[in-house]
Parts: sequence; C-alpha cells; structure tokens
Amino acid sequence: MATILEDSKFDAQRELNIVGTNPVKHDGLDKVTGRAKFGADFFLPGMLFGCILRSPHAHAIIKSIDTSAAEALPGVKSVVTRDDFPDQPAGSAAGDMTRVAMAREKALFDGHPVAAVAATSEAVARRALKLIKVDYEVLPHVIDPVDAMKPGAPILHDHIRTKGLDEPNDNPTNVTERMVSKMGDIEKGFAAADFIVEREFDSKPMHQGYIEPQGCVAEYSKDGQVELWCSTQAPFVYRDRLSAVLKIDAAKINVQQSELGGGFGGKTGFYPEPIAIQLSKKATRPVKMVLSRGEVFRGTGPVSGTSYKIKMGCTKDGKITAAQGELIFQTGIFTGSMYFNAPNAMFTRYDLENVYIESFEVVSNRPKVNSFRAPCVPQIVFGVEGVIDELAKKIDMDPLDMRLKNAATEGYTTIYGETLGPIGFVETLEAAKASDHYKSPVPEGQGRGIGSGFWFNRGGETSTSMNIAPDGSVTIITGTADVAGSRISIAMMAAEELGIPVDKVRITMADTNSLGFNRVTAGSRTTYSVGMTVVDNARECISQFVRRAAEIWDVPEDAVVFENGECRPAGQNAGNFEPLSIADITKQTTMSHGAVTASTSMNVTGAGPGFGLHIVDVKVDEETGRTDVMRYTVVEDAGKAIHPLQVEGQYQGGAVQGIGWALNEEYVYGEDGRLQNASFLDYRMPVTSDVPMIDTVIVEVPNPLHPFGLRGVGEVPVVPTMAAIGNAIGNAIGIRPRSLPMSPPKLLELIDNADR
Amino acid sequence: MVKKAHVTTSVNGDEYEYLCEPGQTLVDVLRNELELTGTKEGCSTGDCGACSVMLEGELVCSCLVLAVETDGKSVETIEGMAKGDDLHPLQRNFLELNGLQCGICTPGVLIAAKALLERNPNPTETETRFWLAGNLCRCTGYDKIVRSVMAAAEEMRGA
Ligand code: FES
Ligand code: FES
Repeated sequence: MATILEDSKFDAQRELNIVGTNPVKHDGLDKVTGRAKFGADFFLPGMLFGCILRSPHAHAIIKSIDTSAAEALPGVKSVVTRDDFPDQPAGSAAGDMTRVAMAREKALFDGHPVAAVAATSEAVARRALKLIKVDYEVLPHVIDPVDAMKPGAPILHDHIRTKGLDEPNDNPTNVTERMVSKMGDIEKGFAAADFIVEREFDSKPMHQGYIEPQGCVAEYSKDGQVELWCSTQAPFVYRDRLSAVLKIDAAKINVQQSELGGGFGGKTGFYPEPIAIQLSKKATRPVKMVLSRGEVFRGTGPVSGTSYKIKMGCTKDGKITAAQGELIFQTGIFTGSMYFNAPNAMFTRYDLENVYIESFEVVSNRPKVNSFRAPCVPQIVFGVEGVIDELAKKIDMDPLDMRLKNAATEGYTTIYGETLGPIGFVETLEAAKASDHYKSPVPEGQGRGIGSGFWFNRGGETSTSMNIAPDGSVTIITGTADVAGSRISIAMMAAEELGIPVDKVRITMADTNSLGFNRVTAGSRTTYSVGMTVVDNARECISQFVRRAAEIWDVPEDAVVFENGECRPAGQNAGNFEPLSIADITKQTTMSHGAVTASTSMNVTGAGPGFGLHIVDVKVDEETGRTDVMRYTVVEDAGKAIHPLQVEGQYQGGAVQGIGWALNEEYVYGEDGRLQNASFLDYRMPVTSDVPMIDTVIVEVPNPLHPFGLRGVGEVPVVPTMAAIGNAIGNAIGIRPRSLPMSPPKLLELIDNADR
Repeated sequence: MVKKAHVTTSVNGDEYEYLCEPGQTLVDVLRNELELTGTKEGCSTGDCGACSVMLEGELVCSCLVLAVETDGKSVETIEGMAKGDDLHPLQRNFLELNGLQCGICTPGVLIAAKALLERNPNPTETETRFWLAGNLCRCTGYDKIVRSVMAAAEEMRGA
C-alpha cells in the first residue's frame, strides 16, 4: 500500500456537501445523557479494587518491603511489589518503563509507586496499604534541573553518560543528552545584525490537567490472555509496551479503549495499567484501578520545565539575521521528554539562514514528564517571541510586520531538513492583521501582545476498515483514540466520499485484537491520517459498487460511474438504467457476493505544517500582580476545517490551557523534595470566570497532499499562547516577564524592581 | 469492620435502598453501588464539579456529601435530565453548539447549568461564568459551554 494516496491529492474544484458543515457528533448524545463509558465506568463480575502505595521520599534506596501484614488482612487478594515485575536492565526502554510503573532499586520521586494491593473494596485496599512496611534509606535529592547539572549533584542513575558530547567521557551524570542543531553560519549572522537581543527565560512544569484520572480494569485469565479496559490515547502503544514490560506476547494482550476524558498527551503512556494486570494475575480476578487526583499530580507526567537563553539579531529594516538558543529541559526521572521538538520548531516559521541551538535533557527527582500538545515547544516559543518583540521595538516596527517580514514561505528548507510545501503562515499573519481585534485600538489601561507558533503535524501508522451493511449503512472501525471528537470528522469524510448522509456512517473504536497497529493519537495526526485511510477504503468500496452495478446491468465496468452515492450509466451509450444507490446494490448483491468491505493499513505521510498567531489584550493590577485576559483571538491555518465548530473548539481549548500555563500553573516542590500542590485547589487551572470568549479565525490554505486539504489543528493552538500573553503583559507594565508562570507574586516583584 | 448503614435515597424519582459504609460518599454510592456512572469523579475534594448533582433541589458536589446524609432525600443526576427521548434544551444546545469535547465534565456542567437556569432564567455572560466557575473543563476553553448555556436559556424563555 502506498504511503500517500496518489490519486487523492487535494482537488480545489471539488464540490463539498458535508465537509465544512457542523453535524452533531455521534458520541455526543451518550455524553450529554451520562451513558458514555469512561475509564472508571467498567465493571466486571468478581472485580477487585486496586490501590497504590507511593514513596514519600524524592530519592531513597528501598532496602526491603514487608507485605505480610497487608496480605493477612481479610479481603486482600493480592499484593505486588517490584518482585512481581520481570527484571529489565536499567537504562533500557523496557527498564525505564518498568521503573515508571513500579520502583525497583530506588524510589526516585515523591509519589513513585512502591507496592500495590487488590482487595474486595477500595476501603480494604487502603487499609492494607497502611500495613505495608517499606525500609528506605533516604538519599540526597535534586529537583531543579540546573542544580542537577552542577558538579557534586546527587547522581540519580548509575548508567547515564551524556550522549552527543563533542568529547565523550565515562562520567556518571544527570545530563542524558546534548544535541546541537544548526544551519548557516551563526557568527556571520550576528555580524550582519544591527541590533542584538539576548535574554534568559525559564518555565515550570505544568500538568496536562485532564479531568478524568487514569482508570482501568484488567483481567488476566488462566491461559495467559490479558484483557485491559482503559482510558488511553494509545491502545496499541499500551499493548506493545505492556508486552515488553511484562514479557507477554502482544497478541495475548487485548486493550479496549474507553471514552477518553481528556489526555492532551498525558495518556500516551501507562501508569496503573501494568500494576492492575499483575494484581489480577496474582489474585486470579479482574482488578479495577482509578487514580485519585493527588496521584495524578504526583505520579503522572507533567510537562518539561525549562531554563534557556535566546539570542537573536536583526538589521535596521527588520530582517532577522541570526537566531541562537541554549536550552535545558528537565525530563523528570527518566529520559523521553521529546525535547528535540524544540530546536526543530522554535524558530521554524521564520525565513532564517543562520541558526545555532544547543539543547540538553536532564533528569531530576520528579515524575517522568509526558507529552502535552506540541511537546516541549510552547515554553520555548515564550522566549523566542519575546525576543522578537524586543527587536521590533528597537527598530520601531509593528510586531506583526516584523513577523511578516521574516515569514517562511513555500520552498524554505527547515532546520530539520524538510523543504516546506505550500504553507499558510503569511496568510495567517495577514488574516490576523485584518482582524477586528488587531485593528481596534488597545483599550486604556491594557496591554496587547501577539505571538506566533508552528507545529509539524503528523501522520504515521494507521489501520482502519470499512464495512457496508446490506442496507447500505456504513461502519468504520478505527483503532485510534478520539480525544475530542475526531469520530465525527472521520465519518464526515467517509460520507462525503460515499455521497451519503453522515448519519448513515458509524464509527466503532476497536480493541487491539481487531485491527492492525495504530500509532498514538497525538501530534495532530488522527483526523488527518485516519481520514486518509477512510478515503482509501471508501474508494475501494466504490470500485466494488461499480463492479457490482456493471454486473447487474450486464455492461462493462467503465460504462458505470459513481456519483452522489449512486451508480449510474456513464452516458447515453452505456444503456438506459435507473441509478442504483449503495443500498440498492448491497441489498441485491450481499447474498451472492458477500459484503462490501475494505481495509487499509498504511504509514501516512504528507502531513501539512500548521501555523498560528494569537492576539491578546490583558489588564494587570499593579497592586496585586494579577493579570486578567480581556480579549483573545486565535488565528490559525487549518488547511481545511472539516467540522468548523470542532476546529474552533481546538483553538479555544488550546488557548485557555495556555492561559493557565501563562498565569498560574506550576509544580511547587518543598525543600524535602515533595510536591506541595497536588490538588485542583492548589494547582489552579483556569475556570470559566477567569477567561473571556475566545475569538477564532480559521484560515484555510489547503494541504495539497490530503484529499480534503486538511492539516492537523490540535497542537498549534497552545504554542503561541504564553508568548502572546507575555508580550501583552510586557506592553501593559513596561517590562516583559521572562519566567513562567507569570503569577501575581512574580509580576509584583517585576513591577517593584522595574526601573521604568 | 465498620457496620454498614441502611439508606434509602430517591434518585431521579426512583427509590433506591442500599447498604453503605458510613464514610462512603454519595458519588461513590451513585457510581459503584447503584451503577449510575453518569456522575463523574475528577478530584474527590470539591474542586472540579464533575460530580455535581442536585440534592433536595440544591446543587452539591456529590464527593463532599456522605451517602448516609441522603437517607430519605431526593437526588437528581444527569441520568434523569432527559425525559425518555426528549432531551433537555441544555442537552440539545450542548450538542448543536459543540459545548463538549471529551465529555467528562459535561454531566456536571449540565447539572450546574440547569440549577442556574432554575434560579435565573436570563443570566448574563458574567453571571453564567461565575455560576459555572466550580466546574472545570480542560478541553473547551469554556467559550462553547457558555454559549450553549445562554442559547438554552433563551430557548427556554421563549418556550
Ligand atoms: S469530584 Fe467532586 S468536585 Fe471533583
Ligand atoms: S469537554 Fe473535556 S473536560 Fe470538558
């Protein structure tokens, strides 16, 4: 199978009936009536409840674990510790995943699981946890990544040697990797600059903040078959990783995804699932586990915190001549932050020749980070866009014009080596410039800021199948998670292709036994990639309709055309036949020929990059340091909005997550290395009354490699948010903040110390 | 072992008799004893609103109410909002205006919004936002939630 549908390129002339409209999503009814089943909503006969004992120490050797008293408690059916997981070498991929699930030699962060219990009720399981005795030898810990890089810092893993050094050495370290990304000649670039700005920035980890905690039910049957129901963005990835960690054939693990109550990247890797499986194996009964909110904060991946420097130079007329970055990413206790996205994306959207970026990834005593919309990019764009604004001020240029002047266009070769096809960055900037928001004067007492952002968008391995029922209605089987309503967009593309009403199409999210491998729903890949396979399947089904119609009419196949959901004679000479609808054909031929079906597995390529520009007005209370977002506009290229309301929802949701990250959200650790704000009360996410309506402008510069022209829309909306808000606050108070979050105490300090 | 209490609660007009531990919360009983899983649990500390239900006509977080406190009382949950196939105008407007993405916050938001419209059939945007400030949603950015509630209010005033 081809990786791109050769005959499926975008066709600008095509008339669309369904794509671009806003039908009610098929999963909506169950969600407004309480019938939708999420991770915590499964029950099985004989089910036990599992709970986790977590380390109170940031760094400690686990000398021994005594579970005998817990095991003796009536109602307790199994207890597991490190001894119940296959040994996997430290530093290997499976070794790290095993140690994320359950501490082995050491407890490595506050909240690290050290044991778990399955019992007849949650109350009994919790009582049993208190009876487990763990003998710890507490070690010095390190929370801050910059501290973790210093000589003399506690070394957290024996096996880490920094990869990517010019002169490799054999010293144990907390720096997992150094990466240099460059193009052109940075020295020459700065030499050509009339103005140079260099600034230091930092950001704290924030949490993905999905409202549904991880929840699952695992059943390990006697013949070694595992059934797992869980809330996940990546059923197939969970299966394959569980297979590696638990040393069970992938084919013996069947993962059935529930409805997903938010993920945003945070449900791309498992947490309680392997524990639930091992508890079930030992207890020989199904085990349900649901994390508490405190466990979600302490034990599941937040986003990388960063410390970094940005240096950029430009000419008097605003051309950026050089861009440099030195970036430090904290990855939590294990490598895997995807920090490499940052050098690849942080400047990409500008037509730069001379770039030099040196990046480091560092471990510290925190939970391993997990991905979040455009992993590792937004927190760096916060600094990049701040520096560009400063340069624009130096040359007295409108900040939007400065971005327009430097905007990359088709044909630009990026730092990661891709030559861009048709992209919509200039169109996005122009739409922003023409927007009511940008044209309106900045209200008295407020500051306005803009920020721009980019994301690659992704394709990847995707398998789906399509089955036409005898009555002509259509089921599509997908294996990707639906994180926000992709099902309706996928159904719409199928309906458009087949020429039938969208209500005739239903989507089933299959378990991992039912389809070929599907990559994680992440990186804005799902609607794009699944859409490709669905169009491919629809075209295969159409060719079968045509063949069957030709047989019914006893004419050659090329005398039949398929249009608007019907087969008709190709012209006068083809014969005089009443058109046959899909249902006519399937009714007449399913018995004789079998059902019309199609399946596709492909590695989808050709994703079209996405660009956005945000405009925001803020008011800063100089007495309290509190920032209010007064007006917000997201302008972004969708390629093509299949379901515009869904696309707007992505823009708005991303922006408000970014508002939280910009103004409030952060992980706060005490001297003791323990997380101090592991609740929604102390980790404050934006609530309804914190934000205004979020205006949206959908730009449509089609992706030529997709039949409907779409790009992904899930990541870009959060990329420029903190940057735009930072610039707005800078314009409001006269000094641009350089530390995220821009919380009231930090802004007060800035205001008090500013010599304005 | 603590002795279980015998409790009778009316949920959406149906009488349920059950045994529960004295410390068991209403959300726990609704979900795990009565298997009415439409009510969601996002935090168990009263901070997310996913567990919102009506207790004797008052909006409460069911994670902060003990099930034993509801003995002889009436509770309304999301499962009781539609009358058969007849959706409440709030439910319909959330569907049509895309007031939900993942849907995990939706039952709680709908219950809270219904409570708002019962006291204030004509809320301003600000009133709507402050009333719903106890219901976290991480997906939508709230824009389409607020619009859905206000559209439903308008429809209900007209009806
Ligand atoms: S679960 Fe009750 S408020 Fe969050
Ligand atoms: S729709 Fe997902 S949390 Fe509100």
